Amino acid sequence: MTDDDNGPQTARRSALAPALPTRHFLRWVWRQLTSMRTALFLLLLLALAAIPGSLVPQQGVDAQQVLTYRAAHPTLAPLWDKLGVFSVYTSPWFSAIYLLVLVSLVGCILPRAGVYARALRARPPKAPRNFDRLPHSRTYETDLAPEAVLAGASQVLRARRARVDVAGDELRAESGYLREAGNLVFHVCLVIVLVGVAGGALFGYRGGAIITEGGGFSNTLTQYDDFSSGALFDTEDLPPFSLRLDDFSATFQQDGPQRGAPRSFEATGTYTSEPGAQPTPYDIEVNHPLEVDGTSVFLIGQGYAPVIRVTDGDGNVAYEGAVPFLPADGTYTSTGVVKVPDAQPEQLGFQGFFLPTAVSVGDGAPISAFPAAANPVLGLFAYTGDLGMDDGAAQSVFVLDKDELTQVTMRDDKPLRILLSLGQVTELPQGRGSVEFVGLRQFVKLQFSSSPGLSIPLWGTSIGVLGLIMSLSIRPRRLWVRARSTGSRTVVEVAGLDRVSRGDLAADLDHFVEQLQDGP
Amino acid sequence: MTLEGYANFSNYAVAAATVVLALAWLSYVAEWAFGRRQLGVAAAPGSTTRTATASAEAHVDGTGGPGGVATRTGSGADAGADAGLRSDAARRIALSLTVLAWAVLVAAVVARGLAAQRVPWGNMFEFACAAIAVVLTVYLILVRLQQVEWLGGIVTGFGVVVLGSSITYYVPAGPLVPALHSYWLVIHVAAAMIAGGAFLVGAGASALYLLKSRAERRTPQTADRVGYIWRLPTTAAMDQLAYRVHAFAFPIWTFGALIAGPIWAQYAWGRYWGWDPKEVWAFITWVVYAGYLHARATAGWKGKGAAVLALVGFACFLFNFVGVNLFISGLHSYAK
Repeated sequence: MTDDDNGPQTARRSALAPALPTRHFLRWVWRQLTSMRTALFLLLLLALAAIPGSLVPQQGVDAQQVLTYRAAHPTLAPLWDKLGVFSVYTSPWFSAIYLLVLVSLVGCILPRAGVYARALRARPPKAPRNFDRLPHSRTYETDLAPEAVLAGASQVLRARRARVDVAGDELRAESGYLREAGNLVFHVCLVIVLVGVAGGALFGYRGGAIITEGGGFSNTLTQYDDFSSGALFDTEDLPPFSLRLDDFSATFQQDGPQRGAPRSFEATGTYTSEPGAQPTPYDIEVNHPLEVDGTSVFLIGQGYAPVIRVTDGDGNVAYEGAVPFLPADGTYTSTGVVKVPDAQPEQLGFQGFFLPTAVSVGDGAPISAFPAAANPVLGLFAYTGDLGMDDGAAQSVFVLDKDELTQVTMRDDKPLRILLSLGQVTELPQGRGSVEFVGLRQFVKLQFSSSPGLSIPLWGTSIGVLGLIMSLSIRPRRLWVRARSTGSRTVVEVAGLDRVSRGDLAADLDHFVEQLQDGP
Repeated sequence: MTLEGYANFSNYAVAAATVVLALAWLSYVAEWAFGRRQLGVAAAPGSTTRTATASAEAHVDGTGGPGGVATRTGSGADAGADAGLRSDAARRIALSLTVLAWAVLVAAVVARGLAAQRVPWGNMFEFACAAIAVVLTVYLILVRLQQVEWLGGIVTGFGVVVLGSSITYYVPAGPLVPALHSYWLVIHVAAAMIAGGAFLVGAGASALYLLKSRAERRTPQTADRVGYIWRLPTTAAMDQLAYRVHAFAFPIWTFGALIAGPIWAQYAWGRYWGWDPKEVWAFITWVVYAGYLHARATAGWKGKGAAVLALVGFACFLFNFVGVNLFISGLHSYAK
């Protein structure tokens, strides 16, 4: 907060004292914890502690990058694991610091609220005996009677909304009470925001799902690719809406230096807010989520899903469907996996890449030149054996478990490479069947999230900023006027004291004296 | 004019503004150089009544800038007076050039907006140009209100460095990626620029405060106090100005980075706060400036400690702009 405290003195005195009784010790700890110096120290510590999370990838932000980092730094990674550097913001030490900040904050607010409540009821303090000792004072003489001078001063100061008392030959005025009010409001709001955010997380949920054009989603746990919810959220309470994705359109910059930069993404389809309800059309864009039943649906990713048909060695269609390939770069060079557990005589698996606009560069593999699908090419490696899907363990649809698989090779023992343009078919060797690139669809990654009570931190921050502005712009000031009669004349003394330095007291005093001399 | 015409005009105008601003900076340096042989305020003959009569008055009074230089050195008919006139002339030229650079840069930013048909702060290059335009605006307003010409060297020097290096991350005018299609771009980024402009002025005042208070400690004798630094306002006045601009900027930064930012992040990315590197450094910057405001009211931290924190805060802000944009990948990767 913004006033001086007695922290250092208290510290020094206590350091010299002999062993303290527990009660005193606890009081000492509380005083230390809530002193201004500690608050400052904790704030700086919090800033320092936040830094590693911006330099080392974070598990909660980008798990993929964490894996890359682990591979690149095999010696550092175990140490970072021990220190919790891969998840700084949920680590015990970071939590400890912000909890201490919170305690320090509350410990500041409570006593100061009490002090402020008393100050609000108190009258302006008495004038010091000797005005010359104050940083700024003025003296002048006038023919007006002392009472008239004080009445005039009182009128001027009341117009400035100061609290004014006249006692005997002196006038006491104080203004700027709202500074501390703003200060308290701001700090209370900080606590409300922190509590509100934590509370919202307890009752909310968030999950992501990939939906291909023509596909649908209903809001149940099994349909999510990833899902997390607060401790107090019951997954039975997921609102029963569902939606279909009819069309996704993406446009990209066609020419110029920014060729290939995304320009618009738009997903359209219909949703039903509960089973049996009338389907309603929707349109989701980046920055324009869909709101259904307390849940927001965001468009957070997109990519291509080639439609692949796999015919097995017996001539049956063992698999046909759109397979999402996850984009790895700005030109949508994508990677993906096809699993065909029903293939006979052995299960088939494919791992490969997809290029929306393939171009050949020299003799090497083709690369993607543009994110839109102008010349889509699918490249696959084939595997046979056991996909490992029968033992019941959960498997990622984007990873091929190659433990029990052998790569399909050509006669010269080189791995079989399949390159398919749209509509092409390739026969697999040894009569294992064929793969066909039948069609091309797009998929979207949607995020569904609900965080109830979020208006609380929002209002909290808005009111808090108003309080902050008050506490930084209002400056409390005390003014005293003393008027004494010396026979025919009246000597008027004026003095002021700023409780927060603001630099304009001298000029203001001059102006005030002018106002007094001009008379009401 | 065609869109391309606006874009070309904008590029030429940015280059011109950079050159003019560099000349303005040289003039401020000249002002400093000519001022080197001058006596300090307190020792100068015929100094203004305010400084002569009540040093305590000047101590808390914010208006101790070199506005009254002529009177301070005026009656002393020595070599210093001549240098004083030159120093004065250099300052006036510098200010005029700064105003010119500001006008040209504002035209450049407006033209860029017309060329791209959106607000002209959608990538790092545009942000740099627009932010320097804001910095110069803040500076010129403060020159009117608070006579802060003494900050000119720092402000123009910083502007020249940023505008000059902006060529390394130049991007031609064009439309934006979908994540930036939002009116929050206007609010969030404008708030960051205004707060940043004020933070720079605050950092400049704090830096000069540190320099001058060190000089005061090293030169206890007023008779030895010769040189430009003694024509700067009192340390109390600099401290006061630093506090005022920070008190102005801090709520704007709070709003821009910690309210508008999260609201927009919710619409664009589906979460209010996700510890993206830009968010982390915005938070760190906020915490350091909160530390500055607390330090000003903490025994043992007033003055020097607080001024150092103000500089650390600005360093964090700068790192968020340069370091996070160029060296750390994250959701806010709009540099290219």
